Amino acid sequence: MRDLSLHILDIVQNSIKANSTFIKVHISEKPDDDKLALEIEDNGDGMDSDLLKRADDPFTTSRTTRRVGLGIPMLKESALKCEGEFNIYSEKDIGTKVFAAFSINHIDRLPIGDIGDTMIALITANPDMHFILKLESINGIFILDTAEVKKMLSGEMPEAGEKQEGENQYCVDINEFAVIQWLKEYIDEGIKNIFGGVLNEVDS
Amino acid sequence: MKSIAELEEIRRKTLEKISLRTSADGIRIVVGMATCGIAAGARPVMNAFVEEIDKRNLKNVTVSMTGCIGVCKLEPVVEVIDKNGNKVTYVKMTAEKAARVVVEHIVNGNVCLDLTIGAEQR
Repeated sequence: MRDLSLHILDIVQNSIKANSTFIKVHISEKPDDDKLALEIEDNGDGMDSDLLKRADDPFTTSRTTRRVGLGIPMLKESALKCEGEFNIYSEKDIGTKVFAAFSINHIDRLPIGDIGDTMIALITANPDMHFILKLESINGIFILDTAEVKKMLSGEMPEAGEKQEGENQYCVDINEFAVIQWLKEYIDEGIKNIFGGVLNEVDS
Repeated sequence: MKSIAELEEIRRKTLEKISLRTSADGIRIVVGMATCGIAAGARPVMNAFVEEIDKRNLKNVTVSMTGCIGVCKLEPVVEVIDKNGNKVTYVKMTAEKAARVVVEHIVNGNVCLDLTIGAEQR
């Protein structure tokens, strides 16, 4: 994978396949040890301890088209080659958390990539999924919560008291292009504000 | 700074534009988005389809993603499925080819034969 955003897109596919309804992507800078932490958490099927032990083996996969599964092993490789860390926590029927950390200034650290593109691709294809994107650094915190977005789009404004008959007709879908386009700009701005000056590939 | 309150404005504007958009009996575009597809560049392909479909204001077309279709060396793979269930498989896609498929296949109904899996394997 060329950058972290592609890894995120890939790992989130695992969560979607595992029947998750909620997926949280958390990217944070840990300034004290010069690390960038990536955490992807879902409420899907989870793995039992046996499968969990084999999850970072490239010859473990749930698909039937072939016998290799490279998503998790490649993320692990990307983390370890820049003196990072990698871990998976999972509990059957509760969910899975994939954790990877990258040394920010290591020459082999992948650039963060286009997080906005990854998120809009995921949201377009999975409009019913509840996604949270959280970005965190010394610059502050950025949160995108698709539940909040949907609430705004449903037209149920807290201050607009009057409720109309057949309110669904006033509801705009989250995968409407104008919304997706706005989300992309919103996330791009978040990346710039939070990681500008922190990661040298992001302009501040 | 952008604020989430801007969505209210977008909601109003969008409501004026959309009348009835149903995806029940339309064309489905499915992009293979497993590790192999992503590594080969499926993400820009999918976003190009979404953008192009909006640009031409096409109704009844949905874009979604799926796992590995099974021909990883030909990724990015895109399947176009019409309302009768007929499927055309395009291989080695790019954002530029996606725009062409929308114009020629989705809009005008002419399959881009040179981009299909059949042409690739001949």
